[in-house]
Amino acid sequence: MDLIEVTNLRKSYKDHVAVEDVSFSVEEGEIFGILGPNGAGKTTTVECVSGLRRRDGGQISVAGVDPGRDRDRLRRILGAQLQSSQLPDRIKVWEAMDLYASFYPDPADWPELLDLVGLTAKRNAMFAKLSGGQRQRLSVALALVGRPRVAVLDELTTGLDPQARRDVWELVERIRADGVTVLLVTHFMEEAERLCDRVALIDGGRVAAVDTPAGLVAAVDDEQEVSFRPSSPVDEAILLALPEVRAVERSGARLVVRGSGNLAPAVTLALAEHQIVPTDLRIEQANLDDAFLAITGKKLIP
Amino acid sequence: MMKILAVETKLQLREWPGIAFTAGLPLALLLVLGSMPGFSEIKPELGGQSLNDTQMPAMMTMLALLTLAFTVLPTTLTAYRERGVLRRMSTTPVHPARVLAAQLVINLAIAALSTLLLIVCARLVLGTVPPRAPVAFALVYLLGTAALLAMGLVVAAILTNSKVAAPVGSVIMFPLMFVAGMWIPRELMSPVLRTIGDFSVAGPFAQALRDTWAGNAPQLPHLAVMAGGLLVFGGLAVRLFRWE
Repeated sequence: MDLIEVTNLRKSYKDHVAVEDVSFSVEEGEIFGILGPNGAGKTTTVECVSGLRRRDGGQISVAGVDPGRDRDRLRRILGAQLQSSQLPDRIKVWEAMDLYASFYPDPADWPELLDLVGLTAKRNAMFAKLSGGQRQRLSVALALVGRPRVAVLDELTTGLDPQARRDVWELVERIRADGVTVLLVTHFMEEAERLCDRVALIDGGRVAAVDTPAGLVAAVDDEQEVSFRPSSPVDEAILLALPEVRAVERSGARLVVRGSGNLAPAVTLALAEHQIVPTDLRIEQANLDDAFLAITGKKLIP
Repeated sequence: MMKILAVETKLQLREWPGIAFTAGLPLALLLVLGSMPGFSEIKPELGGQSLNDTQMPAMMTMLALLTLAFTVLPTTLTAYRERGVLRRMSTTPVHPARVLAAQLVINLAIAALSTLLLIVCARLVLGTVPPRAPVAFALVYLLGTAALLAMGLVVAAILTNSKVAAPVGSVIMFPLMFVAGMWIPRELMSPVLRTIGDFSVAGPFAQALRDTWAGNAPQLPHLAVMAGGLLVFGGLAVRLFRWE
C-alpha cells in the first residue's frame, strides 16, 4: 500500500492559487522527489501534507491519517525539516536534540542520531556557530528524533557548498536505509537524480509528470553524444555500422558520435575490437533539466 | 514543559547583558538619584512623603517591568517567529504555545527578582522602608505585571520584524511611563492628565504600587482597570498572535 496519497490537492492564498491540482502517491521506503522551479507550489504541497496548512480541496492520507483532521496523530508519524527554519542562536546542539526528543512519546536515542548526522563532535556548540551544512544536518536530526515513518525534507541543500551538499545526500540515503520514507522537495536536478527513486515534476501548481528520474529522461529524448580522441585513426564506417549510431562527426582531433540506446558501451566495444583506445572520453546525455524543459516548456532554473 | 522552561531559561541567561541592563538601570537610577539632596526630604505636595518613600522605588520598579514587557518580550518572540523557531515546533506533537508560556514565566521571574533586589538595595542604601502591605503589594504586582505582559504580547503579535520590536516597544513605553508619573509624580499632575493616566493600566498600576508600598489598600478602580487591561489585551494577544 502507498504510505502517502495525495489526490487533487488544491490550495490558494489570498491573491493567487499556489496549488491547482496535485496528485501523487509515495510508496513505503522510497525517496520521493518533488521537483520544480521556485513558485511551482512544491512547498505549499508538502506543507499541506505535513499538516501545517489547511488545504482548500482534494484528499491527503499519510499512513491512513488525514493531516487536515488529525494533526496530533500525524505529528507522531511525520517529521519535517522546513525550509529556512532556524533555532535560537544560543541553543547548544545537544540541548536542541534533548528538547525535541522530549516532545515525543517514544523518541530515538538522540546521541546515536547525532552520530548518524556526524555532529557528535559539535554537541556543545551553539547553533549560531554551526556552518550551513551542520545546521541542515541538525535540522534533519531534529526531524528524525521522533522516529517518524515519513520525513519531509524541504530544500535541504539550498545554499550549501558542494561538499556539504554531498554529505547531506549521503545522510538522506542512510535515513532511507533505516526504513524511513522520504518526501524530498528540491529545485536541483542533480539532487533529484542522485537521490530519488521517483520524482514528481511540478509546474504552475500542477503535476507535469511522475516517474523514475531515468524514466523521465528516457521518455523525453534518447539522444546521446559520445566524444573522444582516438588513439589511432578510425574508419567511421565501423561506427556507423552500429545500430545505436546515427551520425559521426570530426571536430579537430576529436570524434563526436551521436545516437541512442546503449551508445557509449557499443562505441567503446567496437573501438576495442580494432585496438583503438578512446582517450578523453566524454558522454553527454539528456538530464532532468532537459526532461523538465521538454515536458513543461520551461527551464527548471531560469 | 519543564524541559522547555529549563532550556528557555538557559537561553535567556546566555543573553545576560540584556537582563543585567533591564534590571540594573532602574536600580542604578534609584540609588544615584535617591542619594541626591532633596530626594529624602518630606514634601507636603506628596502628602507628607519623600520622593524616596514610594515615588522613586515604585517608578523604578515600573521602568524595569515596562522594559521587560515592551522590549525584551516582543524582541524574543518576534525573533522566534521570524526565524521559524515556533513554526519548527509546530511540526512536533508539542504546541509552540508552551514556548510562549515559558517566556511569560521567565519574564515574570526576572521581574520579581529585579524588584526584590531593588527593594533590598533601597532599604540598605536609601533607608526606604519595604512595602508596608506586602501581601497586597504582591497581588497588585502580579496583576499589573500580567496586564503589562499581555500588552507586550499584543506588540509581539502585531510586529513581524524583530529589529523594530524594541523601538516600537519604546515608543509605546515612554508615554506610559509619563502618565504613570515617572517625570511628574501623579499628585502634581493636572487633573486632565491624571484622568488620562487612570485609564492607561500603567497609571493605576503605579498608583497601586505606591499605595500598598505606603501600607494602604489599593483603590478598587485601579484594580479594575488593571484587570480589564489584562482581559482585553490578553484576549487580543490570543486572537492576533501568529505562529509563523
